[in-house]
Amino acid sequence: MTPAISNVSRRGFLGQMFSAGALVLAAPLVRAAKADAVWQPSVYLAIEPDGAVKIVAHRSEMGTGCRTGLPMIVADELEADWARVQVIQALGDPKYGSQDTDGSCSVRDFYDILRTAGATARTMLENAAAAKWGLPESDCHGKNNFVVHANTGRKLAYGELVGAAAAAKVPDKSAVRYKTPDQFRYIGKDIPIVDLKPIVTGQATFGIDARMPGMVYAAIERPPVMGATIQTCDDAAARQVKGVAQVVMLDLAKPPYAFQALGGVAVIANNSWTALQGRKKLKVAWDAGENGAYDSAAYKQEMLDTARKPGRVAREMGNVDTEFAKGGKTLEASYYTPMLAHAAMEPVAAVAEFKNGKVVTFACTQDPQAVQDTVARAVGIKKEDVECHVTLLGGGFGRKSKPDYVAEAALLSKQVGKPVKIVWSREDDVHFDYFHSPAALYMKAAVDERGRPIAWLQRSVFPPIGMLWNANDEYGGSQLGMGWTDIPYPIPNLRVENGPAKPHVRIGWLRSVSNIYHAFGVQTFTDELAAAAGRDRVEYLLELIGEPRVIDFGKEGEKGARPDPKFPFDTARLRNVIEVAARNSGWANKKAAPGRALGIAAHRSFLTYVAAVAEVEVHNGEVRIPRMDIAVDPGRVINPDRVKAQFEGAAVFGTSIALMGEITAAHGRIQQSNFDLYPVARINEAPLETHVHIVASDAPPAGVGEPGVPPIAPAICNAIFAATGKRIRELPIKGQLS
Amino acid sequence: MIQLTINSKPARFDGDPDMPLLWYLRDELALTGTKFGCGMGLCGACTVHVNGEATRSCLTPMRAAAGKHITTIEGLHPAGEHPLQKAWEACNVPQCGYCQSGQIMQAAALLHSKPHPTDHDIDSEMQGNICRCGTYQRIRRAIKMAAGVEA
Repeated sequence: MTPAISNVSRRGFLGQMFSAGALVLAAPLVRAAKADAVWQPSVYLAIEPDGAVKIVAHRSEMGTGCRTGLPMIVADELEADWARVQVIQALGDPKYGSQDTDGSCSVRDFYDILRTAGATARTMLENAAAAKWGLPESDCHGKNNFVVHANTGRKLAYGELVGAAAAAKVPDKSAVRYKTPDQFRYIGKDIPIVDLKPIVTGQATFGIDARMPGMVYAAIERPPVMGATIQTCDDAAARQVKGVAQVVMLDLAKPPYAFQALGGVAVIANNSWTALQGRKKLKVAWDAGENGAYDSAAYKQEMLDTARKPGRVAREMGNVDTEFAKGGKTLEASYYTPMLAHAAMEPVAAVAEFKNGKVVTFACTQDPQAVQDTVARAVGIKKEDVECHVTLLGGGFGRKSKPDYVAEAALLSKQVGKPVKIVWSREDDVHFDYFHSPAALYMKAAVDERGRPIAWLQRSVFPPIGMLWNANDEYGGSQLGMGWTDIPYPIPNLRVENGPAKPHVRIGWLRSVSNIYHAFGVQTFTDELAAAAGRDRVEYLLELIGEPRVIDFGKEGEKGARPDPKFPFDTARLRNVIEVAARNSGWANKKAAPGRALGIAAHRSFLTYVAAVAEVEVHNGEVRIPRMDIAVDPGRVINPDRVKAQFEGAAVFGTSIALMGEITAAHGRIQQSNFDLYPVARINEAPLETHVHIVASDAPPAGVGEPGVPPIAPAICNAIFAATGKRIRELPIKGQLS
Repeated sequence: MIQLTINSKPARFDGDPDMPLLWYLRDELALTGTKFGCGMGLCGACTVHVNGEATRSCLTPMRAAAGKHITTIEGLHPAGEHPLQKAWEACNVPQCGYCQSGQIMQAAALLHSKPHPTDHDIDSEMQGNICRCGTYQRIRRAIKMAAGVEA
């Protein structure tokens, strides 16, 4: 939805943003007539009479920099002095539009809206100054918190114009004066994140840090297998732990699980430690139910078998079967990528108080409106009666879009009559994740005499995210659009398929989602074909992408293709990032040597074009990555330093996926629990140097949080093949090279 | 009754002496700059200084903290201007920021013992501190900047 730009008071916004003094003037008409009142020309910003500019960050900060980048957009068009800007974190409220901070779309979806908000306010300030001076509006320009008249040198501070601007009508969109990109003051500049100082001094508030007066702490024993039920529960020992106040039963969730609290047995105590200790003393016997038979090793084999059988066709051109039947040269391969856990450094956390039929919560959530929905449903109140304050998030990666933990805190508060802080241990965070799907992929190509594919079949099999809302969902649905149906190779005979997989754990989205395995399959298989043809990988990859074109997926066989005119798939941009990455990595001059080589992979996701060149060293089965070059074309960039940071981080995240990340299950129970069994890349394992090369572009801004991840694992594995001759077809690499 | 010193101020605790220092700092003193990440000494988010040594507070029971001088991120420098904090700002190191208290406390101990660390020193001293956002190369740069060694 697109929030309208309006010039009225919004109580929730004001209540959150301004002093009690400013609040006295709550009625819009009174406010508009007063010259000393705060002016709030949109839900995203307000200007105080002293010139202080308050800008709302309505999306969640989990490390992407959007809490800085989004206000930069407003401040730029407003011509606000960044030193006078105060960023206010929004409560959950549909008036802001979607606050679901995932899908790498905070800037993409709000760039135009936030520019309009800023430009509208500046236009009104300019008009107000022009009226005071009796000068043409077009000669009056907002400049760094003042309106100035260039010819006469007159200037008025924004604060002095607030009263007059507030009394004016909001101009039509056509009368709003936008800046041109060459006039941008902040957009495209490196601006330090607004939370830098609080973070380095330990003053920043994350979800786990939030407190409410009189709160108690809760740890929950949850169903260890999806759908397990309680046979017996003996809580006597738990109750005897000093500091444990009570033990509370929570109803068990029923499928489809969506964002429901899982339920279980909760120990309420006077601090986190005591809650966790008390919980350890619970003796709960579970009936595992049908998912108790889930074994991830057997499941993996089932998925690999399914991938060898015909599935549902999602895209088709020509006829691959006819081509395969001709008896020419074919290549085929199966790939597998495992389940993954998000493992953000901050486990999920929330504090909530249920009081007088309303809930107030502070949570590290990626989606405060989903918190409102989920909590309201859980405790039986209206969505509007859930007030969700968003803290900083100690990482999110998609996990914190699912507010089951906030519902837990609210449900417990309702039962115990006090604010409840829910404490998730690391083991809880791993066991009760919404897991990234394991996936099996089957690829087959028929090649011509020069080794180029003339027929290409690819089939993916993975338990889908759709299971959260339809418990019986087994097919990929929209996840197929993530690097699968949008394969950019113009091969005359092409078929893209998806096979079924029944979920046995909660499945969710993790940073770049299905692009992880789809890019692994496509980019590894591409490298295999290039190797079989004895070709240079970069040249071959460019040849497969073909001459620059804007892909019309409908014409190229995609079922139900939906063109996106604002963000067409332009292969010229994909080719370009490949060339930029190759050039900067020194591809042409660094020939593979035993134990040391480069590998490349390229992938477009979240509308951003990315190519990665990994330089690897393999010694005694150990992989080191001295250098990574990532070229990225994400369209217009707001804060280049933060974009670089996202791709530096993606290189590390992708390294974890390539080298070590794997979640398994036996008897329906997750076998990993902490960073010992579920390792993630450490400083000595991460790429030593990641060089990020941003392609300058005037195209609309696209995603940056996620698209760095997909090409990393295939680039590393392709480099390993070049260095060792060992082809990695299953992740993680772990001991495969020793 | 356990007596100890937290950020140069006397403090006392009369609860379960097995409770880790981490939870005393966070839940009882509201010094929430010290983070919980794993509870097993695997991630470094809870790193504080105990008598000057980088220590995982999640594995340090209160009984072992008795009589000790504890420094947390909040007490590293009175104005938050320790050379590492300044370098962290100059390099714009944090992404989500959650692990950074622990990273800085660990790095401060490193610079105390090795004022001019090599890459190898940084790898071996800092590998106990996980950053899931992947800010490692900026951490490395910031440590070198604070140490005044070539980055």
